Amino acid sequence: MIILSGDPPRSRALSILLIAIIVALAAVPFLFPGAKAMNVASKICIFAALVASYDLLLGYTGTVSFAHTMFYGIGSYAIAIALYGMGPSWAAIAVGIAVGLPLAALLALGIGLFSLRVEAIFFAMITLAVASAFLVLASQLSWLTGGEDGRSFQLPELLRPGTVFVKDFFGVSINGRTLTYYIVFFASAAMILGLLRVVNSPFGRVLQAVRENRFRAEALGYRTVFHLTYANCLAAVVAASAGVLNAMWLRYAGPDTSLSFAIMLDILLMVVIGGMGTMYGAVIGAAVFILAQNYLQALMGVASNAAAEAGLPLLPGLLHPDRWLLWLGLLFVASVYFFPTGIVGRLRGVTRPKS
Amino acid sequence: MTDLAATDALPKPPRDLLPVFLPAILAVAMLPLVGSGSSWVTLTVASLAMGMMIFIMASGLTLVFGLMDVLNFGHGAFIAVGAYVATLVLLPLAGWVQADSLWLNLAVLAPAALAAMAVSGALGLVVERVLILPVYGQHLKQILMTTGGLIVAEQALYALWGPQIIPLPLPTSLRGSFIIGDIAIAKYRLLAMLVGLVVFAGIQLVLARTKIGLLIRAGVENREMVEALGYHIKRLFLGVFMVGSGLAGLGGIMWALYREQVHASMGNDLTVLVFIVVIIGGLGSIGGCFIGALLVAMVANYGGFLVPKLALVSNILLMVAILMWRPRGLYAVTSR
Repeated sequence: MIILSGDPPRSRALSILLIAIIVALAAVPFLFPGAKAMNVASKICIFAALVASYDLLLGYTGTVSFAHTMFYGIGSYAIAIALYGMGPSWAAIAVGIAVGLPLAALLALGIGLFSLRVEAIFFAMITLAVASAFLVLASQLSWLTGGEDGRSFQLPELLRPGTVFVKDFFGVSINGRTLTYYIVFFASAAMILGLLRVVNSPFGRVLQAVRENRFRAEALGYRTVFHLTYANCLAAVVAASAGVLNAMWLRYAGPDTSLSFAIMLDILLMVVIGGMGTMYGAVIGAAVFILAQNYLQALMGVASNAAAEAGLPLLPGLLHPDRWLLWLGLLFVASVYFFPTGIVGRLRGVTRPKS
Repeated sequence: MTDLAATDALPKPPRDLLPVFLPAILAVAMLPLVGSGSSWVTLTVASLAMGMMIFIMASGLTLVFGLMDVLNFGHGAFIAVGAYVATLVLLPLAGWVQADSLWLNLAVLAPAALAAMAVSGALGLVVERVLILPVYGQHLKQILMTTGGLIVAEQALYALWGPQIIPLPLPTSLRGSFIIGDIAIAKYRLLAMLVGLVVFAGIQLVLARTKIGLLIRAGVENREMVEALGYHIKRLFLGVFMVGSGLAGLGGIMWALYREQVHASMGNDLTVLVFIVVIIGGLGSIGGCFIGALLVAMVANYGGFLVPKLALVSNILLMVAILMWRPRGLYAVTSR
């Protein structure tokens, strides 16, 4: 109870689902040691943390930011550039973290302070503009970021797949890759639990008060400006940490894997599908979305080919795996409209949407 | 408050002309920096043409927000749809497009532009009814819904037309430039400026001289009061939304011809530019939007010429500078 900050899932189905996801993620290196399954599992872990940090903004303070991938990208690039420039050492990792996280926080502070001066309604638009400028910068400053190609790098000796700890543990080899996976898993879990702690603290209560009625929260004597900026910086730091984990897992950082607008849309979809304003929604949203992305897309390809062979017009194009976002977009609009509380809200039996 | 006799003219609001002169001041200030007079003229014409096109795309968005407090993140979709619809007319009639006759060229451009506006406007009707009507007054959901709409529209364009870039050559008689002395002015840029000025004048005329315009201006300032006086502001809003979408479609075909290509991602790319213009101008202000569009285009063109690296972030810097000066944009017209 203490570890959940006194905010249990409050639904038997939800608890079972969560436990199943967590146990499955923890056991993946032993159950499915293949590269694809490991990639999917680590992506779920990383995105669960990233989405949870976004939910701190969207679900708990009610602000829409399109700059979240920018912070994610800052984390990714910081560690990538450090490891690329300094060689594969632990010191480089430390430097990457020590530069990347404060940089993300500082930028979030800057955006926060600037958009405080202007109308609140500009926030979403300003973040969109800043994020797109950052994306252009990252792909143009090729001497630093490697441009469109990004930066590939080596991890320290201990974390490489070549480093074998246990040769044959019930038929599974435990190596540096397994260790990296567990670093990703536990770091993500720690971040999510930390965020759960934050939203259940008095500070988190004030954020919810701001979401429901900013004017009233201010009238009660809370400096909402301070709370919103602080939440922004916190979310940015967690997003950058998720970026660090992502780059470490992929051993690569580039515009497509860490900065693109498509990732921002993925995050939005995961938050809405999982359930806004619940940290558990982030875990479930990320798990459902990434599983679907990796395994349903193949199914779409099969359906598309079948439709093409049957000679149906239009359908092959609509069902092509590349058009996967089309169906997600429809699902997204439908879930904002019909299920604004997401999967978690459904399971908890909340039918009345929060406006 | 001073007492007014019934016959006295109503007190005029104070005129705020500084933003009007801003583009001119900027242009003059750039003259010594650019150095050569002929490149300065070329750059200025290029900025004016680009600014007019951006204005056409952004005008609908700013009115939609001003009138109904609706943030439409899917506005870029109308731009892309307009461009794609134009290819439906222009590509089959390629013979007319390539003919070296201004009249034949215009005879094919006009129906293309009309078709683009009609389809974008009709799409606007659907979007307003399906996506925006259910979430009036809820900014968060508006942003989410219209962002979803943008994804769906973009992907639908990919599915229907394929992911490749469609080349869209300029009509023959609009290619090339007028050469006056050592100054070259591209013909198409002149046409774009002309269309932009006509649209701007048209919008201003409707807003200033007609009853509908009066209602729109009143609605931007105080929606509830207009409703209280018995007007269907939602129907008015639907009209404005459709016209705004249609104008975005017109901007789409103009931009496609300017770049001589069409791609589904153009809606997404232009959204950012359009947002910056609308923010700079002040949400809801047509005049501010016009000036904002010119400023953005000028900074892009002069900046690209003087310091190419800076052009990447020049829009953001411009936005920051303007908002530091006037936090609500150049002209704050809404009372919210």
